[in-house]
Amino acid sequence: MTFKRKDGRKVDELREIKAKVGIIPNADGSAMFAFGDTIAIAAVYGPRLLHPQHMQNPETAILRVNYDLMSFSVDDRKRPGPSRRSQEISKMIEHALMPVLDLKEFPNTVIDVQVYITQADAGTRTAGINAASMALAHAGIPMRSLICSVAIGKQDEELVVDLTKAEEDFEGGEGPSDIPVAKIADTDQFTLLQLDGKIPPQRIKEALVLANKACNEVYEEQKKALKEVAGQ
Amino acid sequence: MSSMDASNITVDHMRKLLSEGKRFDGRKIDEFRKFEVSFDVSNKAEGSARVKLGKTEVIAGVKMVLDAPYPDSPDKGNLMVSAELLPLASPRFEQGPPKFDGIELPRLVDRAIRESGMINLKELVVTPGEKVWTVMVDLYPINDDGNLIDAACIAATAAIRNANIPGIKESGVSDYKNRTKKQIPVLKDCLPLSITFYKLGDAIFLDPTREEAESTDVKINFGLSHWSGKLMINSCQKTGPVPFTQEEIEKMMSILPEKYKELNERLKKFL
Repeated sequence: MTFKRKDGRKVDELREIKAKVGIIPNADGSAMFAFGDTIAIAAVYGPRLLHPQHMQNPETAILRVNYDLMSFSVDDRKRPGPSRRSQEISKMIEHALMPVLDLKEFPNTVIDVQVYITQADAGTRTAGINAASMALAHAGIPMRSLICSVAIGKQDEELVVDLTKAEEDFEGGEGPSDIPVAKIADTDQFTLLQLDGKIPPQRIKEALVLANKACNEVYEEQKKALKEVAGQ
Repeated sequence: MSSMDASNITVDHMRKLLSEGKRFDGRKIDEFRKFEVSFDVSNKAEGSARVKLGKTEVIAGVKMVLDAPYPDSPDKGNLMVSAELLPLASPRFEQGPPKFDGIELPRLVDRAIRESGMINLKELVVTPGEKVWTVMVDLYPINDDGNLIDAACIAATAAIRNANIPGIKESGVSDYKNRTKKQIPVLKDCLPLSITFYKLGDAIFLDPTREEAESTDVKINFGLSHWSGKLMINSCQKTGPVPFTQEEIEKMMSILPEKYKELNERLKKFL
């Protein structure tokens, strides 16, 4: 391994993970998840009756995710309020979480998931998904498994896990690529797959193999944090 | 009838057919409808193109304006892609603020084009740090019969290749009456194209009609182009609450190069 990462990590080494469950007393479930300097917090409210009534679905609960950056989480102040980027990412997170939830148990209700980034250093949606998944478990929503998420990156031709912002801004060769993924823990089912950059199709498999290993590490941290509150 | 959802009985039948590798219109599951490209939709646009993919029709227009560069890229021109899902094009589309599909479409096309590096944004600088060209690509579906994304990406790429840079008046503003003969600086062999897979049951198929698209719960979009002679994926997004397995993703990777080649060769015929 001759490739040197800016912060000296190995290609398959995640930043330090911090995970904590039960950070917002008002919420039915809540969690914090951090990859190094990227910090996400999530709160779950519900299932609760959905208003307006015409939006209710008698067959199932509705999952509603809202993701955004806090204004001071990035270098240039982010204007508060939803942007097209945040609306798109909210939808992606919703789709990433839904496959493990048993929403049919709560007809006519809504489960609101609020995800906010307090400090951003790349990988905000993946940290957000990890926090949201833990918060849903904490809220006692029936789940088949947890969702684990990580971004795979590419620097020129080298695949690495969990890019920092400095790595995302890499220049030269094939440039930087960012591939955020999420999967159902302990399965081969991918629930989030996005990509920006330049990667030959035949190298996607390698990226997924890296993602599998990294997601397993995320999963262990999520379980550890959930067990800490389980006894209380 | 036109505004009804596909009925359960239709979806069940479609699922069964697709699992046998068949479709209502007789196409193979990985077969695109033939597309046609024409140009010069509007002589006021710097460039424009019309794409017909089966009954799906999208037009794209390019306008350019002199602007200040973004603070984080003082030595680069700007690219903006937007789209409006007009109620003109489908009983599904409504007036008012864009819903998710209307937000997603231009963002997917934007990423496919931007990340491909097709446009040499550095050559769009007029005065470094002060004045650069902004290239605005606007997409309008005219008739939605499924797969708007792939059709819109073809239209955007074709319209950019069709565009001539406006003149500049002595006062330093854009002169649309005297367009230059100079084209937008592009990488010649780089044609960003989009290929979107849809999944119903266990079947994965390409280029859905509207009925097929509305029967599926999940799709995955890829933006592709050639870079330094190599085929690259420039963008990807899975949309929908159903997972893809690793095996399915690997299968799609094996289909992409051949499909890209087919679309690329077809588009080149019109350029």
